[in-house]
Amino acid sequence: MDLSFSEKDEAFRQEVISFLDENWPADQRGKVEFNKETYLDWHKKLHAKGWVAPAWPEEYGGTGWTPTQRYIFDQEMAKAETFPSLAFNTSMVGPVIYTFGSPEQKERFLPPTLSADIWWCQGYSEPGSGSDLASLRTKAVREGDHYIVNGSKTWTTFAQHADWIFCLVRTDPDVKKQQGISFLLIDMKTPGVTVRPIITLGGDHEVNEVFLEDVKVPVENLIGEENMGWTYAKFLLMHERSNIAAVHQSKRYLERLKEVAANDDLAGHGPKMSDDPDFIKKVSEIEIDLTALEFTELRSLANEEAGKGPGAESSILKIRGTELQQRISHLAVELAGYYALPYQRNLGHNEYPAGPEHTVDAAAHYFNGRKTSIYGGTNEIQRNIIAKAVLGL
Amino acid sequence: MNFEFTEEQQMLRESLARFLREKYDFETRQKIIASDNGWSRDTWAQFAEMGLMAAAFPEEFDGFGGTAVDLSVIMEEFGRGLVVEPYLPTVVLAGGVLRHTGGELAKDLIAQISAGDLVMGLGFAEPQGRYDLFHVETKAEKQGDEYVLSGRKAVVLAANIADKLIIAARTSGNIRDEDGISLFLIDKDTDGLTVEGYPTIDGLQAGDVILDKVKVPAASLVGEEGKAYPVLEAVIDKAIIALAAEAMGVCQKICDLTGEYTRSREQFGTPIAQFQVLQHRMVDMFIFKEEMTSMTYMAVMKADTEGHDTRVAASMAKVQLGKSCKFIGESAVQLHGGMGITEEMAVGHYFMHATMMDTLFGNGDFHQKRYERLTGLRAA
Repeated sequence: MDLSFSEKDEAFRQEVISFLDENWPADQRGKVEFNKETYLDWHKKLHAKGWVAPAWPEEYGGTGWTPTQRYIFDQEMAKAETFPSLAFNTSMVGPVIYTFGSPEQKERFLPPTLSADIWWCQGYSEPGSGSDLASLRTKAVREGDHYIVNGSKTWTTFAQHADWIFCLVRTDPDVKKQQGISFLLIDMKTPGVTVRPIITLGGDHEVNEVFLEDVKVPVENLIGEENMGWTYAKFLLMHERSNIAAVHQSKRYLERLKEVAANDDLAGHGPKMSDDPDFIKKVSEIEIDLTALEFTELRSLANEEAGKGPGAESSILKIRGTELQQRISHLAVELAGYYALPYQRNLGHNEYPAGPEHTVDAAAHYFNGRKTSIYGGTNEIQRNIIAKAVLGL
Repeated sequence: MNFEFTEEQQMLRESLARFLREKYDFETRQKIIASDNGWSRDTWAQFAEMGLMAAAFPEEFDGFGGTAVDLSVIMEEFGRGLVVEPYLPTVVLAGGVLRHTGGELAKDLIAQISAGDLVMGLGFAEPQGRYDLFHVETKAEKQGDEYVLSGRKAVVLAANIADKLIIAARTSGNIRDEDGISLFLIDKDTDGLTVEGYPTIDGLQAGDVILDKVKVPAASLVGEEGKAYPVLEAVIDKAIIALAAEAMGVCQKICDLTGEYTRSREQFGTPIAQFQVLQHRMVDMFIFKEEMTSMTYMAVMKADTEGHDTRVAASMAKVQLGKSCKFIGESAVQLHGGMGITEEMAVGHYFMHATMMDTLFGNGDFHQKRYERLTGLRAA
C-alpha cells in the first residue's frame, strides 16, 4: 500500500496545472458566468488541446491516459473551478457511438461530438417513466427509410441549446419492456420537435420538456440494432457515473465557504461563523466524510487501473457524493443568514446585491442542488442497484 | 499509488484466517471467555508460533515486519474472528511504547513478547481524565535511586492477566500538564500494586490498577523522565489506526452475518431479505462498511511516520469508526429482531465489541474535536 503518486504522474500534474493557469486564469476562477457561450468556449479550448475526452479510445480522440492521470486531471480541473466538458457529448452519447455505432455513424458524428459543433441532449426520461425508465412510451414506427417518432421526453437538460437529441424510443410494444427499446439520434431542427422550458426552484432554466410529433428520422440514425437500445442505455448510465462523486469540486466549494466564514463582511462588530461550534462541527463532519469518499474513489480507481472495471460500487460514489454536495450547499444558506432571502438572480451589471456577494446565489444553488440525489438514477435506485448487484439480495 | 498487499502480507492473512476459521469459531470463543482465565494461553502460544507478534516489530527488534500495513492485516482478521486474546494491550500498546523508547530493556521485553512468553498492559487513563492523555494524577516521586508511585489507573486492558505493566505517572507539573509525565515498567507482583480485575462487557480482560506507594528502581523508567506525553500520543494514534483495521473486520463480519440471516429468516411467506426497506438498510450498512475500509487504508498509509498528518489521520479514522460501528451494529441487531439481543447469536457479541471500540482511546466526538483543533477549525 502506498499513497504517493509516481514522478511521471507528478510531472503530468504540473503539465495540467500550467495549461489551466494559461487558459483558465486564477483571477476568473469561481467568477465565470455559466452560459452557452462560456461553456462552449471552454469545451473548445479543451478540444484544441486534445484533452476534451480523456476516457475515449485514442483513435477517436481520447488521450490514452491511465485512470490515475484522468483522476489527476479531474482533480486539477476541480481545484481551478473550471466547467467540465460537455458531458452529454463526452461521457454519454460519444462512448455509445464509438462502441455501438456503424463506421459511417462514427465518421459522421464523432468529430463534431468531440468538438461540440453538435451540442447533444439526452432523451431518456418521460412524464410517465422516471425511475422505471424501461416503461417509456415514445414510439418509433418504421415507414420505409424512416422512423416516425411520437411522444415526449422530460427533464431534458439544456435542450434549449441542443442541436441533436439521443433518444430511447419504443420500437416493439409487444415484448418485455426492456426488449422493445431502440436508440435513435434525432436532429432538433426536424419538423415536429418542440421544446418547452421547465423552470426549477430558484428560477433556473436548465431542464425542458421535448415534444416529438410525427418526427421523421432516417433509419441510418439508429444506433446498433433495433430493440437493443436498453443495452446501450445501461452502458451509457455506467459511463455517466464517472466523476459523479465530485470530491474535489465539493472540497473547493467548502474551502470557499470556510474563507467566507472567517472573513464575513458582516462580522466586523459581531460574532464570526468560523467561531461558532455548531458551524465548525458541520464543517469537520463534511471534511471527514469527504475524505472517506475520496479514498473510496481512489480504491475504485485502483481497481480500474488493475483492469477490474468500475463496478456497481460506483453507486456508493453517487449516493455519498450527492449527499455531500447537498450538505455543503445548505451550509452556504446558513452562512448567508438573512441575506439568503432576497431573490436577486437577475441583477443588471451596474446593480449591487442587497447582501454580500456570497449570499446572492446561496439559496438558489441549494434549491437547484436537490436535483443531484434525483438525477442519474435516484439515490434510492442506486441502493436497489447495490442491493441486487453487490449484496445479491 | 496502490492498495495492494505484499505476498508476505497475503500469506500472513490467509494462514491467520484459516486458523481462526478452524480453531476459533464462535462457540470456541464463548468457551474461552467462560473459562477461568477468560483467555487462552494455548491460542496465544499458537499466535506467537505463527509469528503474529514478531510481525508487528521491525528487524532491529528481531521482528519481521512492523509496518502499519502488517499490523492492519492481523487486526482485521482479529476483528472478523472477534479474538479476545490480549494482542492490543501487549503488542500494540506496551510493545508500541517499548519500540518507541528503544534500548536494551525494550529489546529484551519485545523478544519475550514475540516468543509469546510475556503479556503486558499499558496504564494511561485515569478515573477523572476521560480521554485526555495528559490528565495524569498518579504521582511518581524520586527517592534516592527509587521512584515511589501512588494513584489509580482506569480500565487498563489486560491488567488482571498481564505479567508486567507500563504505567504513566507524573514526575512533575500539574494534573493536566503535557510536560512532566513519565512511564514506568512495573512487575505485577510488586508490593503496593493491586489490580481490581474484571471482564469487559465485550469479552476482554481488564482492571483498574491501584498504586499505593509502589517502589520501583530508577532503571524502571521507560524513556525520558517527564517526556512521555508525545510518546503516549504517538503510540495511541498507532493503536487507533490498528483498531480501525479491527473495526473494518468487525463491520465486514456483521454485514455478512446480517445478509445470511435475512436471507434465511422467513416472514409473511418470504425471506425478509426480499423487503426493500430492509435491503436499503443493508445497503447503508454496506456503505458505512466501505467507508470504514477506505478510512482505515487512508490512515494505515499515514501511520508509519509521526507528526501532524498521522494525528489527523488517526482522529479521522476514529470518527469513522464511531459512526460505522454504531450504524452497522445497531442496524444488524434490529434486522436480527429478537434473536439479535440474545447471547446465543454471534451478531450481538460483535455489536458489543463494535460499541466498546468507539469508547476506546476517545470516542467519535472526542476525536472530531481533536480533528478540529489539529486542522485549525477550532482554537487550540
